[in-house]
Amino acid sequence: MKDGTPEGAMNFRKYLVLAGVTVFAASGDSMLSHGMKQVGGISLHHLSGVISAVLNPWVAIGILLLLAFFATYTAALSWADLTYVLPATSLGYVILALVARFVLHEHVSPLRWLGIAFITGGVGFIAGGPELTERVQDSSAPPPRLANPARAFDSAQGGHGAPHAEVISAPSVSRSEEIPS
Amino acid sequence: MKSLYTWSAIVAIVIASVVGDVLLSHAMKQVGDVGTLWRSRGVFAVVRRTLGNFNFFLGVSAMAVSFFCLLFALSWGDVSLVAPAAASLTFIGNAVAAKIFLHERVDRRRWIAAGLVAAGVALLAG
Repeated sequence: MKDGTPEGAMNFRKYLVLAGVTVFAASGDSMLSHGMKQVGGISLHHLSGVISAVLNPWVAIGILLLLAFFATYTAALSWADLTYVLPATSLGYVILALVARFVLHEHVSPLRWLGIAFITGGVGFIAGGPELTERVQDSSAPPPRLANPARAFDSAQGGHGAPHAEVISAPSVSRSEEIPS
Repeated sequence: MKSLYTWSAIVAIVIASVVGDVLLSHAMKQVGDVGTLWRSRGVFAVVRRTLGNFNFFLGVSAMAVSFFCLLFALSWGDVSLVAPAAASLTFIGNAVAAKIFLHERVDRRRWIAAGLVAAGVALLAG
């Protein structure tokens, strides 16, 4: 129970939800694919094959895990940007590749290592920034606002009634954000 | 001719899943922080408010459309082309759509990240 942290900021529980998005997506997909390979091909003309596929335990667990993925994904979208949550889903590919290499001792080609590096770098880029940018009055990006008290007053006051304040403050926030990074 | 079919299906997957993600994200912003809602009103309030949101319903429908487009694409094209192409193009499409429709501040940092992740997914799944 970490309710001491302010609402809207990233806290331990939110990182846990993002980890759930990643892990459930990766494990659900791999269970489903493992199960479907046992079941074999299903043609559109014999849809009864779908029923026997669902009865396969791997497929059933895969579907449950993907439901869990969808629940955590929608929960994450309720407090974070789409462009913040989506890279987290792709981190699952990295986990799968690492499991293939170090647990299953499969060969991972140099091109795939490059792909892992790209995804990890991209997710690192996102994680370094704020998780929610839609609302200017959001509390997740305090440094630019502290740097300019007058504008901070503007956006805090104008959050509901003055759309022009958003227009003015939005570009200045993104500009001042680029300096430290 | 077959590759034209495959690429049309890939474009359809990308459009449908971008529409689905954007609608779902918009719906969940309307619902509000589910953690806060859960603590104050209980889990049933969360479920009721989410399932009662029309954008949520539309978003899930769009995702279902994208899933069926994926099935069609897989029947025409190779999985090693369809899966990475659709996944990485969806990343780029989502960054553009999030900026235009959700008014997310997609700054240089997020553009670079979207590009890196898209390239990485294409390399990994290819």
